[in-house]
Parts: sequence; C-alpha cells; structure tokens
Amino acid sequence: MAEQQSVEAPAEAPAPASEWRPTLLAYLCNWCSYAGANLAGASRMPYDASIRVIRVPCSGRVDPLMIYKAFERGADGVLVGGCHLGDCHYAEGNYACQGRMALVKAMLAAAGIDEKRFRLEWISASEGSIFQAVVNEMSEQLRELGPFGLE
Amino acid sequence: MPRVGVFICQCGTNIAKTVDTAKVAAEAGKLPFVAHSDTYVYMCSSAGQQKIEDAIREHKLDSIVVSACTPQMHQKTFEGCADRAGLNRYMSTLANIREQCSYVHKDGELATQKALELTAMAVAKAARDEPLFQSEAPINRKALIVGGGVAGIQAALDIAEAGYEVVVVEKSPSIGGRMSQFDKTFPTLDCSACILTPKMVEAYQNPNIRLLTYSEVAEIGGFVGNFNVKIRKRARSVDEVKCTGCGTCWEKCPQKKIPSEYDEQLGPRTAIYVPFPQAVPLVPVIDREHCTKFLKDRCGLCQKVCPADAVDYTQEDEIIEDTFGAVVVATGFDVWDHTDYGEYGAGKIPDVVSGIQFERMLNLSGPTHGKVLRPSDGKEAKTVVFVQCAGSRDDQHGYSYCSKVCCMYTAKHAILLREKCPDAEAYVFYIDIRATGKGYEEFIRDAQRKYGAQYIRGRVSRMFQHGDKVRVFGVDTLGGGQVKIDADLVVLATAIEPRDDAKALSQLLGIGCDNNGFFNEAHPKLAPVDTMSAGIYIAGAAQFARDIPDTVAMASATAAKVVGLFSKEKLLSEPSVATCDLNLCSGCMACHVTCPYDAIEMTEYNDRAARLTRMVASVNENLCHGCGACSGTCRSGAMTLRAFTDNQIEAQIEALCEFVPAK
Repeated sequence: MAEQQSVEAPAEAPAPASEWRPTLLAYLCNWCSYAGANLAGASRMPYDASIRVIRVPCSGRVDPLMIYKAFERGADGVLVGGCHLGDCHYAEGNYACQGRMALVKAMLAAAGIDEKRFRLEWISASEGSIFQAVVNEMSEQLRELGPFGLE
Repeated sequence: MPRVGVFICQCGTNIAKTVDTAKVAAEAGKLPFVAHSDTYVYMCSSAGQQKIEDAIREHKLDSIVVSACTPQMHQKTFEGCADRAGLNRYMSTLANIREQCSYVHKDGELATQKALELTAMAVAKAARDEPLFQSEAPINRKALIVGGGVAGIQAALDIAEAGYEVVVVEKSPSIGGRMSQFDKTFPTLDCSACILTPKMVEAYQNPNIRLLTYSEVAEIGGFVGNFNVKIRKRARSVDEVKCTGCGTCWEKCPQKKIPSEYDEQLGPRTAIYVPFPQAVPLVPVIDREHCTKFLKDRCGLCQKVCPADAVDYTQEDEIIEDTFGAVVVATGFDVWDHTDYGEYGAGKIPDVVSGIQFERMLNLSGPTHGKVLRPSDGKEAKTVVFVQCAGSRDDQHGYSYCSKVCCMYTAKHAILLREKCPDAEAYVFYIDIRATGKGYEEFIRDAQRKYGAQYIRGRVSRMFQHGDKVRVFGVDTLGGGQVKIDADLVVLATAIEPRDDAKALSQLLGIGCDNNGFFNEAHPKLAPVDTMSAGIYIAGAAQFARDIPDTVAMASATAAKVVGLFSKEKLLSEPSVATCDLNLCSGCMACHVTCPYDAIEMTEYNDRAARLTRMVASVNENLCHGCGACSGTCRSGAMTLRAFTDNQIEAQIEALCEFVPAK
C-alpha cells in the first residue's frame, strides 16, 4: 500500500503538450475505490491526468481478460481497486479478485511484462489521499518505463 | 445502429472552469453512434433535464450519455429523464468528468482531453446498453422466527401486532430461552420471570402467532418473499390439544434423577417433564432417551395416571411444510464449557460453577430454592469468589473477544449473594470493568460500595481443591502481590459463545458465520440485523454477546424490517443481474462457488435439439445482487452481468485506446 501523502503533495506533472503521457486504465469497484476516487475529487486532491476509470460493481467482476485486453489494445498500465478485505459490499468479491489477480500477475510476468504496469490496491471510500498517492506513484512509474510494448 | 445522445454538463463553472465543454461536445459529436451532442450549464436542473428529454424525442435517441458528476450523485436523476422520455430508464450512462476530472486536474488541455476520452468510453458502453427490467415476485406475508427466547418472542409480537402471521420454531419444549433461566436482571434487579412470562403468554395467546416448540428447521429453500421451509416437529409423546398441564404425570414419573438442562445440571428432572413451572406451552414432553417405557417397554405410569388421556407413546416426528416471506434468526447463545480450563480445575472441582449455574442457584424455583449452597456438600457458601473473563479476552482458553455481559451479571451475582446472606463475602477478580449501559456504572458502584463486594483487579492463576475449600490463587495488580482465598464456592463468568449448532444452521439458511461462529450481519454498522441473504434477519445473542435491552431492540428492528418487506406490494429484483448463456456454459459451476448469495444453481439443459441433456448454471434473479463475481470467474464467457457485460467493458477499453498514439 502506498504511503499516505498530504493534500498539497505533488500535483500533476507540468506536462508540455508534446510530452508523452501514459494511459493508465483503472477498474474501480463502485462501493469503495470509486467512492475513494470521488472523495479525492471532492477534496480537490490533484493527481496525474493519465488515469481513466472504468467503474465496475465489485472488484470481483474484474476478469483477467479485461486486463490482458487493455494491454493488448495499448494501455500502458492497469490498476484494479477494491474494498479492503472483509469490507466488500458483496462480502467476498474482493477475495475472488485477489485470487484471480495473483494469476494475472503470474501471467504478466510470464509474458515479460514489467510488474509495475499492473497493480491491485484496496482503497476504501475514505481513502481519497491513498487513491491520489497510488495514481501519482503508478503514473510516475509508467513514465519511467515508457510506452508499453517498447521495452 | 443505436443512436446515442451526449450531454456535457458545465456544472456552473465546476467543470467548465477547466474543461472546455463546448469542445468536448463538438468532438463527441463526431464519435461513432452519437446522433446528438450538446452542453448546458446545469444538466441536473429542470431546464437541463427538459433539454435531455426533448432531445431524446427529437433525435429519436436510443440511449443517453451525460458527462457530469459522479453517478453516485445523479444516476437516478438522468434515469428519470430517460424514463419520462419513453426510454428504458437504464439506457442512461454517466461519465464522471467532475470528481474524477475537473476537480483534480488543473491543466485545461489535459482535463479537456480526459473529459472527451471518458465521454467516448461512456458512449461505447451506452451504444451497447440493453433495456433492463426488474423481475417481480409475490410476497408470502408470513414470518418464520427461529428461536423462542426473548428476541424471538419480541420479534413475533411486533410482527403479529402489525397484522401478519408468525410461526415461532423453538428447539426446547418451552419458549422463554435463556432469559427464563435468569433470576434477576441488571441493572434494575427486576425479576426476570416477572417481566418475561407475560410476554410468553401474550405470544401464546396471540391469534397471529403459532408456536412450534420441541421443533427444528429441517430444510429451507427459496428466496426472499418465498422461503419454502420444512419444520421437524419432534414427537412430544403428549397430545398438545388434550393435555391440560395438570402435572400428574411428572409428579408420578419414577425417573426422578435426570440432570435438568434448565437447571444447568444442578437439579433433577423427570423423564416426562416441563422444563420449568411457567413453561409455555404447559405441555410436558417425554425424554425418550431416559423413559423406561421407551428403553425397556415397562412402566407406562404417566399414561395410566393422565386424567386427560393425553399421553401417546406412538407419536412420531412430524414434518410441517410451509412458505414464508421472511425469516428472523434468534437462536441465542451457549456458555463456554470451562472443562477446557485446567487452571480452573477442568470442571472436576464440584464447587466451581458457571455463572448461569449460579443464576439457577439464586432462583427461588431453582435447584437450591434460592439458597447459595455448595454442590459438593449442600452447605451454605460463605466465601464466594467470582472470576470474570473465564474464557473471554483469553487467547489461550476460549475466545479473544469480550463477552460484554459478564461484568454486569457478576456484579448482580455479588449483590444478590450479599442480599441473601449478608454475612457472606464476595470477591470479584476482574481485568477491566466494562459497564457502558444506562445505569450500569452506578450498578457496579452499588455492588462495591453498598453491598461491599471486594473487587480485585487481576487474574486468577489457578484454583484447586484444598480440604473442603477451593483454594484460589490470583494476583492483585493494583494493590500488588499475590492473593490467596480459600473459597466455599467459585463462580466463573464463563464466556458467551455461539450455539453449538449455529454453523449447521448458518449453512442451512445460507447466512455466514464470523470467525467465532456468530452469525454475520450484512454490515457491522449500517445493517446490523440484516444478513447477506435478503429476507433473513438476525436478532440477539446469535449475532454476538448481547444484554437484554440490546436483544429486545434488535428483535424489534428485525420486526420493522419484516413488516417493511411485507408492506410492499411485490418484490422487485436488482435490474443489473447476472445471466448465463446456456450455449457457452460448460457446467463447471465455478460461478456457483464464487457467488456470495447462493444465487446460482445447476439445472438441466436440453442441448442440440434435445439430443443432449447436460448440466448448466442458472441464475436466480431474485437472489442475485449484481456483484458480477460469477462473470469475472466464468472460464467460458457464458456468465454475463447485465449493464457490465464483457462486451461493454471491452468496448470501453477500445474507445479509450483509440486515443492512444501509435507506438
């Protein structure tokens, strides 16, 4: 889990239009992580503009294929966000997700994809600052790695 | 080709300050499927909503995308626009360009680009939206209550009061539960029977309530509104209609030394018996495991003496089938068995008793008729040591949790002891005193100051038989040093634990248990009496250690839930539920294992023009909560979650990646 950062912490990168911007696709569960992202927004916690969110009801909905597909189509990184273990709105969906994402990690490693391009995080509805920190950290890592497929 | 309308909200300046909404609207207009795009200062205002409704009609839109704030705020608002304009209300998608865009990105160019991409993703999803419908199910307005203790009785009375039928299933021969065993109740020292028995009788006499005692739930199927339940009514060997409760049979029964469950093994009962004099119904049962008639086919005295000809040795278990709309589970608690505790004598010292045994001793109708007598020799106990947290807050023995009620009932025991024999000494070993209810702290102080109970902060390390006394070694962590007391009687405040059959019942009902074996509530704060199974509620100590006020409050809460459910005309299911493509399903049932709601079952499917019958997964839409864990698990892509289909998610990925520059 990323370190908690203060609200004033690094804003989005001062990116000149010409600079390459990674595409970070995030699957966020409706009840915790998506609400956490909303809290970051409502609290005006700035973060990197590379993230694009697809809302899912539960992290348990995330199918490994949804992650492979994202990389195949050109995403540079994928983030999956769910409720903390034990807090799932549907009781156990995040456990199902956890098991599956372990498989995804192994598959990505086998395919030679840098492990930093994929991340599973439990972010609660009250952890806007953690959401901010995770997005910033991951975007930074993706910038260092460069566009996916060229490594 | 579906026609999608796009509406970009400016949210005053909340969005428009950073996002160039006119540009997004213009660019969105060029996207595939988009038949109309527009921007407005407040889409959620009535003028904004009217704009959307007019556009749906004018441009013959099939679905709409509103790029605005979070769907958690205004999803329902814009669903209403679709509905009023004649679309299926679920043909509406929100793109969150406020909380997740304009609020967090200061660079206008980046934010505008992101808003466009999010809009494009939403369009890709919306173009693949299909109308959703909620399935309807009728409600059977009859409630089943499992457990006839104070929680079950309270819930039954409240539901019956609202005009609905209730069936109470109680395992033992009488309702009343644990509370009927108590002598007095803290912190008011009301006589427990005096406040409980009127409720028991009220439940018995209420025409809406049917009591099935000496009965158990054998099977349960179905779902909220329509639970199909089989209840096993065990053979009582006494005709409930004929019996007058006169008592001749149990007075004459020659088997007089069976340890009484009601008196916690301290006193005897007969083979044909009522657990206690105020039992409801006042109809005895024959304990077939101890009755001479059943063991050796002799005796038969009870039948001979019964003036009502009610004793019937040929009675058999009866299975009662019924359908219920809701279930309240109020099965209560057990107390921890201290024979596990070697340091406390492993149950081998006769004068070491549990709190509930002491409770029976204090009771006038109990085994010692209200006198505090030593089980070993029947002499009056003058020095009594109370040990709190026996099996609670203890990782080595018993449970790590606090049993919540022991501080209070130990204080009550100490008070009652001193009231009954003013020359007796009461020592209480405690770790902390937890007295958090109304009047509780004052009650503890009364025990200490008014009644002179001596509170010693520390644990008891061990106890053993020493002559005719029980020698207790403990530590006084406030005064310092070891404490040695030769006690006549030791009372262990044994932990509250789940019923031994709680796990089996939880599996029967499809509700989970926590690590300790108590039933799981749906949410620890916001849904404390709901379970993960819709229509099944929990009350009282079956959920966790509870005192009587909490238990009664929970019971009334479950009743409110049941009555709320029954007041609906019909049940509407979640619109976004899972559905299975039977042609793709391989019948592996991985979905069934993943489903937290037991909503997926295996059914037969006649494939290949009925030449092949195979097993496939089928979703019960009334049980499905729409989490999508099944579709995430499905290996063959057969399981789909409506409104979040693979197709829709892939379309969003593709729409996004259209914007990724070529590498």
